Amino acid sequence: MAVGRITRFNMTSLALGLAFLYLPIVILIIYSFNASRLVNVWGGWSLRWYHEFFGDRAMLDAAWMSLSVGAVSATLATLLGTLAAIGLARGERFRGRALFSGMLYSPLVMPEVISGLSLLLLFVALNAERGFWTVTIAHTTLTMCFVTVVVQSRLTSLDRSLEEAAMDLGCDPLRAFLLVTLPQIVTAIVAGWMLAFILSLDDVVIASFTTGPGSATLPIRIYSEVRLGVKPEINAICTLVIGLIAVIIVIASFASKLSSTRGESAAPF
Amino acid sequence: MIGSAGESGLTSVTAGEASAEAAKPLPEPIVSDMPLLRIEGVAKSFGNFRAVDRLSLDIRAGEFFALLGPSGCGKTTLLRLLAGFEAPDEGRILLGGNDIAQVLPHERPVNMMFQNYALFPHLSVRDNIAFGLKRAGMARADIKTRVAEMVALVKLEGLERRKPDQLSGGQRQRVALARSLARRPQVLLLDEPLAALDKKLRESTQAELMELQRRLGMTFIIVTHDQEEAMTMAGRIGVMDAGRLVQVATPRNLYEAPATRWIAEFVGDINLFNGQVVGREHSRLAVATSDAGTLAVSELWPPVTKEIVSVAIRPEKVKLSRRAPASDEGASHMINRLEGVVVDVNYLGGITTYKVKLESGALVRSSMANTARLDVDAYLAGQRVVAWFTADDCLVLEQ
Amino acid sequence: MSARRIFARPARLAAVAPYLWMVLFFLVPFGFVLKISLSQTAIAQPPYTPVFDVTEGRQALTAALAQLSFDNFKLLVSDDLYILSYLRSLTVAVTSTLILLLIGYPIAYGMARLPQRWQGIAMMLVIVPFWTSFLIRIYAWINILQHDGLLNQILLTLHIVSAPVVWLSTDSAMYLGIVYSYLPFMILPLYATLSRMDASVLEAASDLGASPRQAFWLVTFPLSLPGVAAGALLCFIPIVGEFVIPDLLAGSNSLMIGQTLWLEFFTNKDWPVASAAAVALLLLLVPPLVLYDRLQRRQLEGGR
Repeated sequence: MAVGRITRFNMTSLALGLAFLYLPIVILIIYSFNASRLVNVWGGWSLRWYHEFFGDRAMLDAAWMSLSVGAVSATLATLLGTLAAIGLARGERFRGRALFSGMLYSPLVMPEVISGLSLLLLFVALNAERGFWTVTIAHTTLTMCFVTVVVQSRLTSLDRSLEEAAMDLGCDPLRAFLLVTLPQIVTAIVAGWMLAFILSLDDVVIASFTTGPGSATLPIRIYSEVRLGVKPEINAICTLVIGLIAVIIVIASFASKLSSTRGESAAPF
Repeated sequence: MIGSAGESGLTSVTAGEASAEAAKPLPEPIVSDMPLLRIEGVAKSFGNFRAVDRLSLDIRAGEFFALLGPSGCGKTTLLRLLAGFEAPDEGRILLGGNDIAQVLPHERPVNMMFQNYALFPHLSVRDNIAFGLKRAGMARADIKTRVAEMVALVKLEGLERRKPDQLSGGQRQRVALARSLARRPQVLLLDEPLAALDKKLRESTQAELMELQRRLGMTFIIVTHDQEEAMTMAGRIGVMDAGRLVQVATPRNLYEAPATRWIAEFVGDINLFNGQVVGREHSRLAVATSDAGTLAVSELWPPVTKEIVSVAIRPEKVKLSRRAPASDEGASHMINRLEGVVVDVNYLGGITTYKVKLESGALVRSSMANTARLDVDAYLAGQRVVAWFTADDCLVLEQ
Repeated sequence: MSARRIFARPARLAAVAPYLWMVLFFLVPFGFVLKISLSQTAIAQPPYTPVFDVTEGRQALTAALAQLSFDNFKLLVSDDLYILSYLRSLTVAVTSTLILLLIGYPIAYGMARLPQRWQGIAMMLVIVPFWTSFLIRIYAWINILQHDGLLNQILLTLHIVSAPVVWLSTDSAMYLGIVYSYLPFMILPLYATLSRMDASVLEAASDLGASPRQAFWLVTFPLSLPGVAAGALLCFIPIVGEFVIPDLLAGSNSLMIGQTLWLEFFTNKDWPVASAAAVALLLLLVPPLVLYDRLQRRQLEGGR
């Protein structure tokens, strides 16, 4: 595209688009510091709702559940997703490849009600006790597909002659991968982990289907509160979650700058 | 599959020897008569496409060999077969007497310099050069010495800590060269090593590569589509077309005695006249051409067997003059004269090229050195001239 | 063996674990959905009686096949509730995708025309909301749209309206929520194709006498169609099965298929009917899914 020409139309559409994306979040964050119980009345700045959250045992349990499900499932998903990406990007043609890539790409758009329901029916059939592990497995299944896409697109954009050069200089395939390929895709893998963690932290539907009684995740709790109406405490929790995600993004972009090679950083698609 | 198979005996021996001889002066180049590398009936297909077609070639130790050919002729595939990135469908590749056709690339005492350099972007110049040495299990102190030696060899002192993206194109090329030389391979393969450099840098690098090869006494095989580059650097050139070697010769022989019409046209510029042999005496042929009358041509060895031939003459051997030169009938320098009109003049600095239109309508190209600064000798378009050349300068090519 | 082949074998070996995982946790569960959609409802926990038990072997299977129950599917086509929710899902998905295209295209176009160093920042700005929880973003809108929320306050202060407008539990709110949540999914593929477009192609078009408008419709837009297709599928497919947004923002008088499924499952505890609804939804999504899979493969695997 022609670069550098900023027409008024371009600028306006961009500015409006970004305002549309950000304003609601900014408003939510501001209102989380509202002292008043009434949402429409500004009662001055206060940390009252944060105190309330940290005194709310059930909410804290849910938050802990979400964080641990997120961490474990993101790690599993990163491992499996990276392996899958290697298989797709370097495996050439093999039997069952179309099925494999189909299984990995379709969960990206599959309606969550379907994924959730089908996984629950599997867990019931396997007679598995529903709770932490069932949610973790469900989230791993969903998020590893995102990891695969991120890592695979990085792998396919890599110059294959780097691997050949490594072999030429005495590496067997495994060492060529570890010493030359892996350092090039590390940012994509990290981005994949974060994406998986955040998606897990975000999910209501699949978690609702696959969790058992007494082990609700934070989004499930938020969701049931939200259905009853707006509560200032929810504003505070949401702000905390946004803050956590912001920290993760900042760390990640910092890390990717540190290990920056010329290659483009991985986009989430 | 391969696991950590370790280094082949060949590699570690070379590495060991090399570190011991690091202090000694570099040996004089020895081009022995025994082939170091013998390619025997090697073929490689990709699907229906025959990239390399039953090709055989011997390369001697210490030789600077160039594979020349148009794109798609299979020269890069042949190089990749030698490096081990492809395995031949049939045939043998003998290195020092051992068949390495099925040996994996990391177990071959052969290194490659890649066209795009393939420098590891996450490693510094020093680590790029040391990469292959570490894989060979060389001692840390030896690696340090060798890297310093290589850095000095390619004149990259002071840049050891830089990453590839902080280097210029020419510097990257040097790192790639140092990295592939560091392991002291028995054969160094260079895939279009100068293609990414601009003209000036390319010329100086050509000279440096030749100097380096002579000093190290190493065997270099270079792939290039640039005939000037091949002629400048290589001792022998193998011309490839459609997966086959069509001629292997020294640069001079390739140019002055091309084996086929295709090579004559591919290497340099040439005038071609199709005709029929009508007379033969004292190893001189008379060829009746449709475009340029009957031409006298000295016959080389081996003798021409066919009747229908082409007479080929390089443009720089075609001289122009305003009047026909004095003839010396019967002498060894039998002269062919063609009358015509100059239709095109191109001044190129060192030389000027002319196109002369003969009465038959055919064009003869001539190029003449501009030996004088003033253009007193130059011909103008429209001028009537005689284009002449000796029988010795002509080639007879079978069609 | 070529260099690529040398890497292929260990790479395929690496894929074994994720392959098995996806077969077990993605493919096999669909079998269960299908099986249960053909079962009878029971009051027990889990609330269905299976038509056949896999452990009983082949005889039981054939016996069971003879008395497969299509009752649930019959219910789906006979009851207006289900047909209406299907139609509503499709309408909502088509409408939302069109709105998203209309909004997303100018934004992506604007991004692609920014100076190079601003493009990265703009890209970041579009992605970041995608990284923040989507439930939170919907919740943020509830904050704004509720009866005494910010929007009504502003409208009242500016005297645009005289009484608070009902925003929540309307279709407008739902569309707003959908567009808001899915906008990055539309923008990113569009931006990807638009930014990769060669500037000289546009210059050639204007050199050959095309006005900027003609150049856009004759060159830019046709070339961006793969991005349009990717963006549209990336939005359309999940929106058809969307549950949370309509549940929180739309009224309860007409439901989308995702809501119906949820209702049958969690409220009515009718697992077989919920499964039948899922199967029907899946069938509806097969064509766009196949298209999407092909696009995704072409994009990720290059010319192979």
